[in-house]
Amino acid sequence: MKNKYFLIIIGSFFFFCFIVFFKGLKNPSIYIPELQKEKSFPEFKAKDFYSDKKISSVDIFNDNNFYLINIWSSWCIPCRLEHNYLIKLKKQNLIKLVGINYKDNFENAKKFLDELENPYSKIIKDKNGTISIELGAYGVPETFIIDKRKKIIKKITGPINEKIYNEILLIIK
Amino acid sequence: MIFNYIGNYSLIISVIISLIIIFLSISSLQKINIQIKINLNKLIFFQFFFVLVSFFSLIILFILSEFANITVFNNSHTTKPLFYKISGTWGNHEGSLLLWLLILTFFIFLYFLNSKSRSIKERLLTLIFQEVIIIGFLIFLLKTSNPFNQVFPIPEQGLGLNPILQDPILAIHPPVLYLGYVSTSIIFSSSLGALIQGNVNSLWAKHIKKWILISWIFLTIGILLGSIWAYYELGWGGFWFWDPVENISLMPWLSLTALLHCILVLEKRSLLSSWTIVLSISTFTLSVCGTFLVRSGILNSVHTFANDPERGLFILIFLFILVFLSLVIYFLYEEKLKSNNNNFNLFSKESSILINNWFVMYFLSVILIGTIYPIFLEVLSSQKISVGPPFFNKLIIPFLIPFLIFMSIGPNLDWIKNKNFRKKIQLIIFFILNLILSFTIIKIFGKITLTSTILLAASFYLFFVTFKDLIKKSFKNNSQVISHFGFSLLILSIIMNSILSKEIVTNLKVGEQINFLENTISFKKIESSSESNFKSLVGYFEIDSKNNKKFLFKPEIRIYNQPKVITSEADIKTNFFKDRFLVINLVKGGNYFNVRYQEKPLMIWIWLSTILIAIGGSINFLKRYEK
Repeated sequence: MKNKYFLIIIGSFFFFCFIVFFKGLKNPSIYIPELQKEKSFPEFKAKDFYSDKKISSVDIFNDNNFYLINIWSSWCIPCRLEHNYLIKLKKQNLIKLVGINYKDNFENAKKFLDELENPYSKIIKDKNGTISIELGAYGVPETFIIDKRKKIIKKITGPINEKIYNEILLIIK
Repeated sequence: MIFNYIGNYSLIISVIISLIIIFLSISSLQKINIQIKINLNKLIFFQFFFVLVSFFSLIILFILSEFANITVFNNSHTTKPLFYKISGTWGNHEGSLLLWLLILTFFIFLYFLNSKSRSIKERLLTLIFQEVIIIGFLIFLLKTSNPFNQVFPIPEQGLGLNPILQDPILAIHPPVLYLGYVSTSIIFSSSLGALIQGNVNSLWAKHIKKWILISWIFLTIGILLGSIWAYYELGWGGFWFWDPVENISLMPWLSLTALLHCILVLEKRSLLSSWTIVLSISTFTLSVCGTFLVRSGILNSVHTFANDPERGLFILIFLFILVFLSLVIYFLYEEKLKSNNNNFNLFSKESSILINNWFVMYFLSVILIGTIYPIFLEVLSSQKISVGPPFFNKLIIPFLIPFLIFMSIGPNLDWIKNKNFRKKIQLIIFFILNLILSFTIIKIFGKITLTSTILLAASFYLFFVTFKDLIKKSFKNNSQVISHFGFSLLILSIIMNSILSKEIVTNLKVGEQINFLENTISFKKIESSSESNFKSLVGYFEIDSKNNKKFLFKPEIRIYNQPKVITSEADIKTNFFKDRFLVINLVKGGNYFNVRYQEKPLMIWIWLSTILIAIGGSINFLKRYEK
């Protein structure tokens, strides 16, 4: 008899653990520390994708607008996946998209944009990847959102998906 | 390309073989007169063989840089050296699970060959439990993390292996650790088999002790490698950070250490049988629990591969099926465990082992709570916290003191049984001498606190007692003495290291210098160069110590191109007394570098003593094997 109660108590304890872990799985576990969110966007100089002219970041982000900075490359498979969301975002007309073309061949990158449509209002070249390092990026694709005060308010590592897309919409609306 | 299919289909064949083995074993269990089935032996071998084929297919895909394979695409790059292409096979979630399965099937094959002395029913039961585990992991691999998935169009280049994982130590760290983890599954299955058969006695203890020793040795070395890597590569100048994943590897180790001691009691005195079973079950469950916590992404850590809730859910369900299965079996067959040997002497080796077992269980639960408490808190009250070193230090250190004292007198308990007063008084006086010694050391070098003095005294005490044993009876029970001596040395070095470490962190530019503890650190120059997969910046530092010795340090910063990551390679000068550790980091804007210089006493003894602990275990294992 004693054993039976023991079994029930231990069994329900483990069941409780199961429920907690199960719920824990649903919670997003990646979160960016508060401090990092308020970082200002670093200034840099880079070449324009089409004209090859040198431009400064100050000139690019001169409007009183939300900006989305997207690091992409034609050889990056996940970039293809997120491309549709970028085009959808552009059509909202609430945010300006700036592309950073990361370590890419010009011809391939151009083909990529012709094929899938160009969502960016401005593209800059990052031939050797130094600008992306400056921004603190881990790889491609990676996306930053900066607000009207030119502070980074969101950083997305990896491709944009439906959920992130909706989060972005909430921020800019 | 063909290897993708070979690998994939081999895995599916393994699932089928698993099902056949389970079916055959259950059907032969029901027969009364069982002949030894030779075909079972062959089937187990074929299962291992097919997993091996699939593993080699993945390695070949990595060597050939076939980016049509998603796993290769995500984790490899053509510019990577061959060695890291191969080690990249298990440097990711999918490949490491395949390695896990490979070891799992290999070990059941080994077990089946080496367990002929046991009853056929027990072997069949063990086999069934083991195949259930294998099927669980096979389905997990195929359903949620198949290493042979393909991408189209085929990318030209891969994304590269995380550079902090491109390290020779880290290439062998996972396989060694896995050998340890996976062999706990044999202990688990065999203990359940023996429990059902009512065979939990000293003969079984003798048989399973080999497996306990194997997994204990590999776990010890695996944890050691991980911590050496953290010290040399992460560049934070520490070797243990109470990171969730480190804790997770420590928990099965603690449980296994308790089991290792308790199996001795079962072997020699036929006592503690049900405690042994509980420990066998908990060791393996903790290993799987570790897999769950790491792979599901429920915790954040260096080791988190991917955040895929589906994976987490699968392991979670699998883990709890195992827990409930073993609980039910335990309670159904618990009556068979009642042993008739009840003369439990309070002042005997077995009771001191039991007491130390309790202490180990306490440490285990502190670590377990510290690791999963944040998850519970977040779910129940949606607060986010992280539990760090202060929690563990506060809860573990006070209990470490009696633990060390028990550990020093436990193996020599016949002293107390003798009722020899002179010896008792000698022991007490000896302890007081150690107190004075540690008080002096701390007074000379650092701040005096009560706990650190007593802790140091207790560890000195254990050190001297085990050292005396090492000299005195090194030919009698040398494996135990060596391991215990190694452990005392480990604790002693860790304590001295944490009390006496000194560090300075400052920003310097080329040409500047700074004074620190009678040392002058001067920054001479910086040189940059390009390697095949990274760009490197090497700083040249000269340190003049007080006795006019000069040290040249060359810490390095590496900027990897695939993927873009910056790592710091510390330069470490090691001698028997202390490590000098210098690491630099980039400071944005300007010519300044962030310089961190540390002097860490007795660092090398932390590694050496852990190796000594593992050597003790290996000697025991070899002795048993010869018999």
